[in-house]
Amino acid sequence: MTLPHPVAGYRPAPDGAHPPLDFPEYRSTGLRAPAQAPIVVRHRLTEVTGPLLAGERLGPSDHDLTTQHAGEPLGQRIVVFGRVLDSDGRAVPDTLVEIWQANAAGRYAHARDNWPAPLDPNFTGGGRVVTDATGNYSFTTIKPGAYPWGNHHNAWRPAHIHFSLFGRAFTQRLVTQMYFPDDPLFAQDPIFNSVPDPKARQRMVAAFDLEATRPEWALAFRFDIVLRGREQTPFEEPHE
Amino acid sequence: MSESAGRLGLTPSQTVGPFLSIGLDWADGPDVVPAGTPGEIRIGGVLYDGAGEPVTDGLIETWQADPDGHFDHPEDPRGAAASSLPGFRGFGRAATDGEGRWEIRTVKPGALPGEAPHIDVSVFARGLLDRVVTRIYFPDEAANVTDPLLAEVPADRAATLVARPDGPGRLRFDIRLQGDGETVFLAV
Ligand SMILES: [Fe+2]
Repeated sequence: MTLPHPVAGYRPAPDGAHPPLDFPEYRSTGLRAPAQAPIVVRHRLTEVTGPLLAGERLGPSDHDLTTQHAGEPLGQRIVVFGRVLDSDGRAVPDTLVEIWQANAAGRYAHARDNWPAPLDPNFTGGGRVVTDATGNYSFTTIKPGAYPWGNHHNAWRPAHIHFSLFGRAFTQRLVTQMYFPDDPLFAQDPIFNSVPDPKARQRMVAAFDLEATRPEWALAFRFDIVLRGREQTPFEEPHE
Repeated sequence: MSESAGRLGLTPSQTVGPFLSIGLDWADGPDVVPAGTPGEIRIGGVLYDGAGEPVTDGLIETWQADPDGHFDHPEDPRGAAASSLPGFRGFGRAATDGEGRWEIRTVKPGALPGEAPHIDVSVFARGLLDRVVTRIYFPDEAANVTDPLLAEVPADRAATLVARPDGPGRLRFDIRLQGDGETVFLAV
């Protein structure tokens, strides 16, 4: 075997930035969170590389969820846009961003979502874009509705859009949810509140952006996303 | 680990929830290599929860080197270049089905400098507030003995990281999120 190539890893997340896996207030964690602590491993080649999926996966209306069917979906038309950066402020270019969401009534176009809110024949709720050379992305969609779920008595999810990002490395992979400003449902939502650091929690809340609204067309919300940054020093494996 | 001044705070992780297929299901997701690729193998198994029940709304993603041990990525010491294997994507994505089963179509990765052949795995599901990460190693692989990551895993749990032969061209890799036989997960 040849000697390992020294690799600069990605910095670990600061305490409180990500939710713990074991969070009893969110009941589904009960049988799914591992009981054993994970083994902390240093980053090697497989971890500092990752799929650089870009334009080859994009369809013509993937960036505009209001144009995927014969008619327009019901609801408030919005633009959701922002920049994908790493924690050193460097843009993350050419990276696939995937989203999925409920319709304006809070119902997902999914066989297992059967709460009695209407489906919208003109809305599926899935989208994807690729960031540009400076890390910017933009979707057009409709504002999703809140929806009830069985987690606790009278539990409602705040309106949210699910986001999936690859970054440039396996270690930067992130799945998160974007929320809307001033939602009165935040206080009772264990998924939102599973993030220990209140400042970090606010980083999941988009900002209304009047400048970016499209007059006579759509409201706009800015959602910047920050992925892990890189260590400065490559790690050299001990060897004989 | 403290954040130094001027550094941006990370966007927190959240669960994929139960309806991830709307956004993340790809028809060709399981195809790390195209059908008919020489040396093609299927790797799959069942994702189980802590009660031993299959997880039917999960998603497995995989990332690996090509058979030459190369990544089409600027961090590869040989530089970013398309694999010599036509259609090799390196990335796989498979939602679990009604029985908790998932499967990818791939080829065995080459060894990396200092490491045994392996595939990195992310598991996403409702009830997982962050992904969990593990690795697939290959059975009957002499290099496993000297692999630096396997060396850090308690000996009585290391077998959870090694796939099992499952008939011609097939390997089985069950993932147990919690409890008896819990898969070793990695903090990356
Ligand atoms: Fe949701």
